[in-house]
Amino acid sequence: MQIEMRLISKDKMESMSSMEKLRFVLDGVKSGNIVVLEGGLTSEEQMKLIELTMIEVSEDFPGIEMSGYPSKSGFLNLRKKTRLTVVGPANTMKTIKKGKDLISAIISST
Amino acid sequence: MKGVFSRLLMALLFKKKRVKIGIYGPPNAGKTTLANRIVHTFVDEEDDVGVSTEVPHETRRVVKREGVNIDLTKNLSQDNTASNPKTKRSKAKLALDVVDTPGLATKIDFRDFMAYGMDEEVAKRRAKEATEGVIEAIKWLDDIDGVLLLMDSTEDPYTQTNVIIIGNMEARGIPVIIAANKVDLPDSSPQRIKNAFPQHQVVPISALKGDNIEALYGEMAKAFR
Ligand SMILES: Nc1nc2c(ncn2[C@@H]2O[C@H](COP(=O)(O)OP(=O)(O)OP(=O)(O)O)[C@@H](O)[C@H]2O)c(=O)[nH]1
Ligand SMILES: [Mg+2]
Repeated sequence: MQIEMRLISKDKMESMSSMEKLRFVLDGVKSGNIVVLEGGLTSEEQMKLIELTMIEVSEDFPGIEMSGYPSKSGFLNLRKKTRLTVVGPANTMKTIKKGKDLISAIISST
Repeated sequence: MKGVFSRLLMALLFKKKRVKIGIYGPPNAGKTTLANRIVHTFVDEEDDVGVSTEVPHETRRVVKREGVNIDLTKNLSQDNTASNPKTKRSKAKLALDVVDTPGLATKIDFRDFMAYGMDEEVAKRRAKEATEGVIEAIKWLDDIDGVLLLMDSTEDPYTQTNVIIIGNMEARGIPVIIAANKVDLPDSSPQRIKNAFPQHQVVPISALKGDNIEALYGEMAKAFR
């Protein structure tokens, strides 16, 4: 089995509303893809993504695996800058190590 | 009549603000064990908030216990820890509602429950309830004044769910205390939790045995008042 990876540019991310982004990510992951988001999702968006995921969990789709670098404070702490988020189907992707600057994940189709 | 009015006035003037404290964390961290301990100590020894077991997603509905008065000026003889003389008397009281929540997860697979000996139908029902529980726990974040984030010190703390719970609370300006639970176990490492979240208050405890639990109440009284 082949696994597709989708690397989404920051420009594309910024052209979408929060809900569009989450729908886009979840649809991609539900069809078996690993989705890597340049710029990433905020903590609030990630929490919302967990909520949406839980609504759609089924026997064939047990949920998601999510990893990423936490946001950094931007100008005057007013805007938090997110960095990178990786989301994949829980049955194929497993984060094995997550550090401050390194994330290791294993992708397997078995 | 006068009595009613003055009592009403008194009630308004001296109404103690109760804070709603949500106990959050991954499945199996010991949230219900801690909620039970708090209620046993300060409310009623016989009153259980919920059932705690080694099977994840045991709690699948949010449970709230209102009117818990944490009072560290009383002698907590139930606890293993000696009372801490440094706990400031003025900060030693806190009126709260305890909210025990279902463990947060990004995946729920009914097959995992079958490994605990449940048959398929039971496991599927439990998985469905568990997904609803996660959604309910997330919704409750909107209605909480402080978060007690519980982690199992024998496990890797630097998970995405832990990171985003903290991120969400920071964005809302809601105080978070991290409790590094299960320090009674030999392979526990509260230090690993401190390293993962250096900017946060981390209190090592054993919700089961009561180790250092008074220190946690003291921190709660400081952070959540
Ligand atoms: N050794 C040890 N075990 C603990 C401690 N706290 C909880 N446990 C055990 O961990 C298991 C899970 O405890 P629970 O209180 O059910 O955990 P929970 O976070 O409420 O779990 P869910 O409701 O499934 O999300 C149970 O077997 C508890 O006895 C502790 O401090 N030390
Ligand atoms: Mg529980």
